[in-house]
Amino acid sequence: MTGERTLTRNFHRPDAHTLAAYRGTGGYTAWEKAQTMEPAAITEEVKKSNLRGLGGAGFPTGMKWSFIPKNHTGPVYLVINADEGEPGTFKDRYLLERDPHALIEGMLIAARAIRSAVGFVYIRGEYVEPWRRFSAAAREATDAGYLGRGFDVVVHRGAGAYICGEETGLISSLEGRKGWPKLKPPFPAIKGAFGAPTIVNNVETICHLPHIINRGAGWFASLGTKTQGGTRMYSVSGRVKRPGVYEASVAITLRQVIYDLAEGVTGNGRLKAVVPGGSSAAILRADEIDVTMDVDGLKNAGTMAGSAGVIVMDETVSIPEALMVVARFYAHESCGQCTPCRESTGWIYKITERIVEGRGRKEDLDTVLDVARRGAGTTICAFYDGAVGPYISYIEKFRDEFEALIPK
Amino acid sequence: MPKLTIDGKEIEVAPGTNLIEAARALDIEVPHYCYHPGLSVAGQCRLCMVDIEKAPRPTIACNTVATDGMVVWTQTERVLETRKSIMEFHLINHPLDCPVCDQAGECWLQIYYMKHGLYDPRMVDEKVHKPKAVPLGPHVILDAERCILCSRCVRFCDEVTATGELGIFDRGDRSEIGLFPGRELDNKYSGNVVDICPVGALTDRDFRFQVRVWYLDAAKSICPGCARGCNIEVHVNRRRPHHAQGRRVARLKPRFNAAVNKWWICDDGRYGFGFVDDGSRLRSPLQREGGQQLPVAWDEAIAGVAGALTAHPPAETGVIASPKMANEDLFALRRVLDRRGVTQVGFAVRPRVPGDEDKLLIRADKNPNTRGAELIGLGGDTAAILAAARARRIRCLWIFGHDLLDAGWPEAETRAALGAVETLIWSGTNANATSALARWVLPSAAWVERDGTFTNFEGRVQRFRAAVDQLGEALPDWEILGRVLTALGEPTLAARAEHWFRELGRSVPAFAGMTYQSIGDTGQMVGATREAARA
Ligand SMILES: Cc1cc2nc3c(=O)[nH]c(=O)nc-3n(C[C@H](O)[C@H](O)[C@H](O)COP(=O)(O)O)c2cc1C
Ligand code: SF4
Ligand code: SF4
Repeated sequence: MTGERTLTRNFHRPDAHTLAAYRGTGGYTAWEKAQTMEPAAITEEVKKSNLRGLGGAGFPTGMKWSFIPKNHTGPVYLVINADEGEPGTFKDRYLLERDPHALIEGMLIAARAIRSAVGFVYIRGEYVEPWRRFSAAAREATDAGYLGRGFDVVVHRGAGAYICGEETGLISSLEGRKGWPKLKPPFPAIKGAFGAPTIVNNVETICHLPHIINRGAGWFASLGTKTQGGTRMYSVSGRVKRPGVYEASVAITLRQVIYDLAEGVTGNGRLKAVVPGGSSAAILRADEIDVTMDVDGLKNAGTMAGSAGVIVMDETVSIPEALMVVARFYAHESCGQCTPCRESTGWIYKITERIVEGRGRKEDLDTVLDVARRGAGTTICAFYDGAVGPYISYIEKFRDEFEALIPK
Repeated sequence: MPKLTIDGKEIEVAPGTNLIEAARALDIEVPHYCYHPGLSVAGQCRLCMVDIEKAPRPTIACNTVATDGMVVWTQTERVLETRKSIMEFHLINHPLDCPVCDQAGECWLQIYYMKHGLYDPRMVDEKVHKPKAVPLGPHVILDAERCILCSRCVRFCDEVTATGELGIFDRGDRSEIGLFPGRELDNKYSGNVVDICPVGALTDRDFRFQVRVWYLDAAKSICPGCARGCNIEVHVNRRRPHHAQGRRVARLKPRFNAAVNKWWICDDGRYGFGFVDDGSRLRSPLQREGGQQLPVAWDEAIAGVAGALTAHPPAETGVIASPKMANEDLFALRRVLDRRGVTQVGFAVRPRVPGDEDKLLIRADKNPNTRGAELIGLGGDTAAILAAARARRIRCLWIFGHDLLDAGWPEAETRAALGAVETLIWSGTNANATSALARWVLPSAAWVERDGTFTNFEGRVQRFRAAVDQLGEALPDWEILGRVLTALGEPTLAARAEHWFRELGRSVPAFAGMTYQSIGDTGQMVGATREAARA
């Protein structure tokens, strides 16, 4: 019902992170096959698979690759986004720790498709064990001759900023600058890291590639919906019986994630709200969970699939407090570059804090909604639109809870 | 060349032009803070939003290159609303301390709030607090609370001077302009960050608290600090003299000239006007009587100088002109010399320390008009004049401005030369060790007190204009020389600097055909006119 497991099929094996175990379960055979394919054919296969980016934006992966200028002669970079900063998301860490060779094999395939000779893996600074495991795997892969023969991997560790997960913030950081997102245009595929055409992909996105190459685009597409293929990893946290990472089809419903995968709600046992795609996704009420988890399904429900970080809240959770915590996060993590984001994230946090402390004013809620709407879509990167998701949805959907805290 | 339509008006622009500049060419102002034509595009302030046909929402104009057929609207309802919102965001944490802020009156927060803001403030929470009155270097002081984080100052230090002193530290609304550890904002162009800072965050330590900007008057001028001749504005305080202890020149600001200095000037030039209101300024002609120099009337002084020039045969007379004099002065001087047949003329004085030079603006030659002096034929060897004086072959010597005792020659030798002269005439703006030795001292008007032109090292003739009255009885050199000429029996009709310039144009081929009108605000190259080509 929840589909076949591919990414996580070896997670139960204690030695899954080693080259021997990876090869023992069919590892690197996709790379063998990809080497017989033309780069354009790989891209074509990925397009047909309906693989969409799993880092947050859900952009079709094959199409992104095809934006690399055709006649480009200089270097092209492949950058793996392993910054995993979205609150409620913890899937990439498992992939790095438990199946690092899947990422390496996927990178080899992607690099061939986009004709890249160097790949960077940008790992969240707090991820020490994932970094060790991945680095060890990269050494094994080099010794075994997978890496270092036309494609090298450089591991870079972040320093603890959410914004360095935004692809151009990541590129700035990688270049040794402050992790400020860059103006678009130019887009990274045209002018990215160190001025060269660059493809940024999420860890999980890339880990799907060996399976797509081995088993075919049709198989992958059939696992999902009409517009998105495959499975994905749901990070489920909050008031559920079995929090954790689950792999399942993108076509399952949010209800299935909560009640089948995570085995239901704890706290008082009654679901109040759920955030389906990481903290930047708009919140859904308990009566809105019969939606499929694919990019378009959640978009139609007024929220987003994002990073598939599912945060579950039972009836005992205070939504105003939850919003205050989220607002504090965005105020803390705004890179400070764009005026609307820099100024209003701090402002909105102060207002939510005041409301939670019982010092709210009756105009506060409309002020937050208005400020959020006015700033939306005016900034360099999607960070602020991500913050606007919760600002607006928490208040619109649970307004009475906020009003109850505001002195008459 | 792309042709586009902005607010219904068509315009053709050079490829690569962004929408702010394209609109500017149509006299349409797209408000902005972080964009500056001399710096890279940062796109951070988000104020320059415009509507572009078919775009789903307003787009920043600074990072949008004009393309053929593009249709742009700068005044749509949603653009106006977006501007208003962005203004509110800029101001929620601003301290609104305009009454004590030096930028008040020329602050782009004030200007744009009135034009594009005018909302009712909604911010009731405690504002973010940041460091105030932090000296960043010798000339610049920071109030981080007023800063709108446009990053212009950072980009200036990264891109123009490539010195990289400044950065934006921390993030979110705690972001703050600051110096990198161990650094000071002490590059040679540091004052420019004050000009480009759109708000009161960076202010000028010299100008601070002197006078409100709305009491200032401005005159177009040229920096006399070196041979580059950067275009400047002289800001003077005529209306509230008591506000600045009698200091008339409040500040110098760069004036854009694409061919000379772009938007910038160096700190030496910017802060080099102190002599104008200095206590050493000469306010009336002086005559030495025994051991003392005593004030005399102009008529007496002119008669005395003309008398000396007549009494000494030309072969015994020498002149040390100055490459700091204007073209008009030099030409008037040349007429005086021609009248008397004086041929022993020097002009350049070796500085005690060689001037610094760089690739941006600063020239080693610290004189604004060396090229002009050469073209007017006053480019002789000063050392030879001094040697002749020492050998008592020169008995009458007229020195313009120089302090020869503070030059790159052995002081004793110079002192011997000056001591050997029978009639020493000195004219200039400020008394110095050399003027103290003179029989006749003639007070010159400073460059901000008069009109004139300098010829820069590339041969660009540029006008400077009077910004303040002449101090005391001081007169422009051309006028002093005109009076001497009259006393020598050759009356002149040139009663204004402009007249002298016209005569210069008639006599010296390089200047042929030039007038103050043709020079305009941005200057004209010598030998560039048709008349010059024919001459
Ligand atoms: C504020 C912000 C934070 C982001 N953080 C991450 C992250 O931690 N990991 C990630 O893979 N993508 C993150 N993204 C999405 C990336 O910008 C980018 O879309 C993604 O890495 C592309 O890879 P994909 O197409 O494989 O998903 C973030 C985006 C934003 C706006
Ligand atoms: S939207 Fe926010 S996080 Fe993104 S670049 Fe602008 S200030 Fe930085
Ligand atoms: S100090 Fe001025 S120029 Fe520098 S970032 Fe702040 S507002 Fe901009």
